[in-house]
Amino acid sequence: MAAGKKEPVVFTGLGGLDKPVSNLLTWVDARFPLMENWKAHLSEYYAPKNFNFWYFFGSLAMLVLVIQIVTGIFLVMHYKPDAAKAFESVEYIMREVPWGWLVRYMHSTGASMFFVVVYLHMFRGLLYGSYRKPRELIWIFGVMIFLCLMGEAFFGYLLPWGQMSYWGAQVIVNLFSAIPLIGPDLAIWIRGDYVVGDATLNRFFAFHVIALPLVLLGLVAAHILALHEVGSNNPDGVEIKENKDPKTGIPVDGIPFHPYYTVHDILGVVIFLMVFSAIVFFAPEMGGYFLEYNNFIPADPLKTPEHIAPVWYFTPYYSVLRAMVWPFFGIDAKVWGVIAMGASTLIFFFLPWLDRSPVKSIRYRPTLHLYFYIVFVVAFLILGYLGTLPPSPVGELVSQVCTVIYFGFFLGMPWWSRWGQFKPVPARVTMQ
Amino acid sequence: MTILKKILGRVLKPVVAAASVLAGAAATAAGGGIALDRAPADRATDVQALQRGAKLFVNYCLNCHAAQSMRYNRLQDIGLTEAQIKENLLFTAEKVGELMTTSLSRKDGKEWFGAPPPDLSVIARARSSGAGSGADWLYTYLRTFYRDPSRETGWNNLAFSNVGMPHVLYELQGEQVAKFVKVKDPHDATKTIDKFEGFEIVKPGRMSRIEYDNAVADLVGFMVWMGEPVAAQRKQLGIAVMIFLGLFLLPCAWWLNRSFWKDIH
Repeated sequence: MAAGKKEPVVFTGLGGLDKPVSNLLTWVDARFPLMENWKAHLSEYYAPKNFNFWYFFGSLAMLVLVIQIVTGIFLVMHYKPDAAKAFESVEYIMREVPWGWLVRYMHSTGASMFFVVVYLHMFRGLLYGSYRKPRELIWIFGVMIFLCLMGEAFFGYLLPWGQMSYWGAQVIVNLFSAIPLIGPDLAIWIRGDYVVGDATLNRFFAFHVIALPLVLLGLVAAHILALHEVGSNNPDGVEIKENKDPKTGIPVDGIPFHPYYTVHDILGVVIFLMVFSAIVFFAPEMGGYFLEYNNFIPADPLKTPEHIAPVWYFTPYYSVLRAMVWPFFGIDAKVWGVIAMGASTLIFFFLPWLDRSPVKSIRYRPTLHLYFYIVFVVAFLILGYLGTLPPSPVGELVSQVCTVIYFGFFLGMPWWSRWGQFKPVPARVTMQ
Repeated sequence: MTILKKILGRVLKPVVAAASVLAGAAATAAGGGIALDRAPADRATDVQALQRGAKLFVNYCLNCHAAQSMRYNRLQDIGLTEAQIKENLLFTAEKVGELMTTSLSRKDGKEWFGAPPPDLSVIARARSSGAGSGADWLYTYLRTFYRDPSRETGWNNLAFSNVGMPHVLYELQGEQVAKFVKVKDPHDATKTIDKFEGFEIVKPGRMSRIEYDNAVADLVGFMVWMGEPVAAQRKQLGIAVMIFLGLFLLPCAWWLNRSFWKDIH
């Protein structure tokens, strides 16, 4: 080795590695920070040792992202983004492309499971205050991922060109036309036509397969880099970095991510794959929730379906939209609906500053807070359920009540999060 | 986990209660239609029934409808040989590798029936709803045509009122009329509505009622199979995948996790 800037690393510590492999790693490492990154993000990234069930969903979200990208690549090989051919090309994939049916069902199931996993991942953040200082940016990147994912799902849903694809897109794009002054022109600009048509299909295809996946990958990288900068939170909400071994400088409650959490997550992955496979192989339509029945009818611009319902993961926000029926200040109720719907997703951004609780984890917060969480979750689920139903007077009233609860939960948080008797937070993490 | 259990316990009860109330409201709101008869469930996997259904399908349905996503030679999956398909089932095509198209143009279809007859490739999937499976709907629909002189085709249907399609299978089922009685509208006492009382066969067909129901069940079974020809293979493979994941991969992952974690306290 000639004199270089860096000390050559000799991988004596990698017991069991052959000399040639070790030599190769040394060669690579002199040219690329391989071991440095391996250590920083895996073998010497110290995560709290008390992760529970809720901590599986981050890695599972990553797994679903990979499933979506890989199956998506194969779908694009056979799918035709053409209004005259799109619907048939999906059936072609289902029937004529070897294993096409499996790839397609994995992709459609993956879309819904992505939201299942992400909603649980976000709820974990709420339970244990994972968005609190110093993890605000992790949370913000996460909310951006969530929004990006919603866009990705929306654009992708048009591609099979069924009735629900078509009319769902029509309804959502028409929301933009509610914006005063620029609305109608904006809607035409988005569609590229006066109605959803071939031009719309082509641009949604471009967004779905190129634009948003790129953004999504960038955001995921930022999310993880930010996480590894400050370190993971845990179910106790204790900062493990505040209690380091004086000799090694390693948090006493931390364990290296690899191998401990890699093997842990492998177990989670296998259990997840069992659920995932059960859906793919035995119930790919999931009772009309993952693949809507009406979407097996080709898009027909002249025939509006009796009842247009978005896919289940959008229905809570759709209910919020429909709950706004009053033309406040003389402005169209539809505009307020759009504003409320937008606010119901954007409000997540402010969570780190809305929550003023002196402790992070629900474990040490008053039971009262748990009740608030329960009411919030129930309201969210009811909103979601109502969004799948046709409008009705009872449904409208219930969704208005739930919308108030939904926003009340967030907007009241600066006050209620300080109420009640907090329990003492332990100095070290606890193993339950 | 304790929190999870707590939350689930407290969340589920009110949600289920609210859901059942609202589902009731929604069912009433959706309104219309009749209660669907349940189609016999075994036909879509019964090869003989599927072959009988295929015969009915190409003889009666493909005259006006297409099944554009379906190739004739896929019928090999239900136990037919290429020669059998070619001799018995090819009316609108020359080769067994062709798609199930129809000679009726969309334009003519629209002129004659008010709307072009829909493609039937995935009709059994499209017709599913909260009221029943697509098979149930088709099974009810194909058995509830009745004579209605007020309609241009002379036919009407209980499951699909004022449908453009005439009763194509009438020579098998015969001709029936529907009996309605006037009853008070339960939602508006000042109005009356027609309540369906039953059918009356006015001209018998080639089949008895039971034979016809059976034939329709076969035909519906075929359409269910055609909606997703791979369905049986999918479920079979699913069992193998679940066994692999559950009996092999899960214990391996469990053991791997346990051996690493046994020293962490």
